[in-house]
Amino acid sequence: MIEQLSWKVGGQQGEGIDSTGEIFAIALNRLGYYLYGYRHFSSRIKGGHTNNKIRVSTKEVRAVSDDLDMLIAFDQETIDVNAHELHSRGIIIADAKFKPVKPDHCQATLVIIPFTEIATELGTSLMKNMVAIGATSAALGIDTATYQAVVEEIFGRKGEKVVNNNMEAIQRGADAYTASAGESVQTLSLKKADGKNRLFMIGNDAIALGALAGGARLMAAYPITPASEIMEYLIKKLPEFGGTVVQTEDEIAAATMAIGSNYAGVRTLTASAGPGLSLMMEAIGLSGITETPLVIVDTQRGGPSTGLPTKQEQSDLLAMIYGTHGEIPKIVIAPSTVEEAFYDAIEAFNLAEEYQCPVILLSDLQLSLGKQSVEPLDYNKINIRRGKLNDQEIAEREDKSYYKRFELTDDGVSNRVIPGTKNGIFHVTGVEHDETGKPSEVPQNRKDQMEKRLRKIQNISFQNPIYTVAPHEAPDLLLIGFNSTRGSIEEVIPRLEADGLKVNHAQIRLVHPFPADELKPLLQAAKKVIVVEHNATGQLASLVKMNAGYGEKIESILKYDGNPFLPGDIHQQCKEMFANGHI
Amino acid sequence: MATFKDFRNQVKPNWCPGCGDFSVQAAIQRAAANVGLEPDDLAVISGIGCSGRISGYINAYGFHGIHGRSLPIAQGVKMANRDLTVIASGGDGDGFAIGMGHTIHAMRRNIDITYIVMDNQIYGLTKGQTSPTSAEGFKTKSTPSGSIESSLSIMELALSSGCGFVAQSFSTDLKDLVAIIEQGIQHKGFSLINVFSPCVTFNKVNTYDWFKQNLISLNDIEGYDPHNRMMAMQTLMEHNGLVKGLIYENPTRPSYQESVRGYSSSALSKQDLNLPEEKFTELMAEFM
Repeated sequence: MIEQLSWKVGGQQGEGIDSTGEIFAIALNRLGYYLYGYRHFSSRIKGGHTNNKIRVSTKEVRAVSDDLDMLIAFDQETIDVNAHELHSRGIIIADAKFKPVKPDHCQATLVIIPFTEIATELGTSLMKNMVAIGATSAALGIDTATYQAVVEEIFGRKGEKVVNNNMEAIQRGADAYTASAGESVQTLSLKKADGKNRLFMIGNDAIALGALAGGARLMAAYPITPASEIMEYLIKKLPEFGGTVVQTEDEIAAATMAIGSNYAGVRTLTASAGPGLSLMMEAIGLSGITETPLVIVDTQRGGPSTGLPTKQEQSDLLAMIYGTHGEIPKIVIAPSTVEEAFYDAIEAFNLAEEYQCPVILLSDLQLSLGKQSVEPLDYNKINIRRGKLNDQEIAEREDKSYYKRFELTDDGVSNRVIPGTKNGIFHVTGVEHDETGKPSEVPQNRKDQMEKRLRKIQNISFQNPIYTVAPHEAPDLLLIGFNSTRGSIEEVIPRLEADGLKVNHAQIRLVHPFPADELKPLLQAAKKVIVVEHNATGQLASLVKMNAGYGEKIESILKYDGNPFLPGDIHQQCKEMFANGHI
Repeated sequence: MATFKDFRNQVKPNWCPGCGDFSVQAAIQRAAANVGLEPDDLAVISGIGCSGRISGYINAYGFHGIHGRSLPIAQGVKMANRDLTVIASGGDGDGFAIGMGHTIHAMRRNIDITYIVMDNQIYGLTKGQTSPTSAEGFKTKSTPSGSIESSLSIMELALSSGCGFVAQSFSTDLKDLVAIIEQGIQHKGFSLINVFSPCVTFNKVNTYDWFKQNLISLNDIEGYDPHNRMMAMQTLMEHNGLVKGLIYENPTRPSYQESVRGYSSSALSKQDLNLPEEKFTELMAEFM
């Protein structure tokens, strides 16, 4: 019996590889297994190798596994490209149609099943995916009836006959596997899971659901990988709540339209990736100087320019913190799990209104698109705070002169008025302005207004700015990361501890303003610090050094080849650093 | 009820004496009063340039944004609060050069706002460079040998972009301008009003006199029918775009907001933000 399985299905893009993985995963999620998915895909629709790697476990997992137990292959390329990941007890289940051949060095068992032939016999070769799912289930000792409900949900609209055919395809796949596989069947039997209900979602689903729960009623966006799922979810859901998504002509329009509707009182977001964020930079500055709330999601992908549009990277970090010309207050949040992405999305809207500034919710491709099991989200943790929004008080004021929307205050935050409010007229401009919004170049006013704006975020209230697991008072090593690297770091720590090292972990969740005071004691306590991140220049390491110091202790482990960190990558490099006396 | 005086504030415009924009400002103030608005009901969203300052000169909610982006900001405002009357405003550089993408798509999208362009065929605030509406051969600081790019036929472009209200006016014709702005505000959908508003400092060609000599009123064209798009296009081509009046109106095309499924019939900005628990549970269940 195994407690954990690493499974991959591969073929040509457009062949239904994703849906094969999806049906398999939904069924296993319902059995109570924890799942963690990684989709390898390219920037094209049909053709080209694609695969969907899914980790199945009886315990929570948040990283792509180092190796592979089972590979489902719809073409020879899938075997050639992925066989090296298989360990010696691994299994390849391949379609007889392409006459699969195992590479010489590969010790895994090859089981050949006529996926296409069986599917064609049942009516259409499209069902070869279902045959493959059946074969997989036999190999894992999962009852084929497990899929009944999922198949009904997906194919029910097409009628009972289609449902039955698909179920039969699954059964035939299972039978064919049992008939041809022999002894190897038992070695991969999965231990039973806890049967608990969990959500199965991608980070983008959580962000979109968080936006909805956080009161967002409008979104303005331009499609881009890997952010589009957010607008696609919200266009389906927002009409139930009176709102909508406007697909704009570009990201400049998306950000400025969102500014317009936030100014007019509706929580509005936009979401994009690096190229879109580059176009939004001027608008972010406008939000900053006009003190208009704005929530922007940046799902990082490989840059620069078009870069690696479908690959993992974390290289927007400094641009998100410092981007836009001039100086503005800005908040940048980096959730490290799908659950956090949900709660942080809600919080992004609260902070944007409380501090009247742009808030960037930073994600990365693996967090945004990696589909995984998530514990049910807590309704009672949803709260909405709108800050200094005093429409009623303002409507009752006697004075008809322009309202001091940008009044100088101790905390820098002024009362906000929603356009349409009686007696609340004020002016907004991206030009430096006085307290009523009238353009002003008076040096003292400039100084006062600049300081007022920057003062707002000096003491922002943000729960758990650093996710910390620090069991050791004087650890040999502190590992630091942000966004999706949390899972790999969590998984490598027990391995490093088994090597005899004491290791603490800090995942930075609030990257700006940087939580230096919270991080310093952790840096102080550790003998050495390694910052793990997906970029080539060590952006987070620079931030840590600049804000919290301890530069002499800090090393980097960097990955920028487009693939997410495997726990083994980090383990290997840590070991080498210690062995070389680097640390 | 508010009069045009209620739409005045104490701010003295920084426009040059004689600038066409003064009349446009006055026309907006009069039109707003004439259609029965209170200052609190109006939002004026402007771009960057001399004319972009207009949002600060009208007693109404004003938003002076960034160069070329008055339209997306204005559309966002209207989507958030359909009870507000939203006027977007700016110059020819703002709307037809840096912001042209937004102009075309705002016309296609048809959100119910009124876009008033003060077209002076030149960049004024940067002290005299060529604009997309400058004539070929027009000499400026950036085109010392004369512009070699063709001038944009903005009204033709509006017709081909699906704009449901296309009008052109001249800043000195205050009465006509006020009337056309009133019509634009009342039109259900996006309305474009291009106003020739001479720059007395940098444009010595397209002067007040030049427009008086060259502009033809559509009222003077016998049988002109502003509901006939083909006739509108032909008339614009015949007169090289130099016409004034209501060029085209499509009174039946529904606005974006009338067409969006589920869109709130009251101001979205006044809605409760909380999600009922049973709704949340239902949304979560879709991921199980």
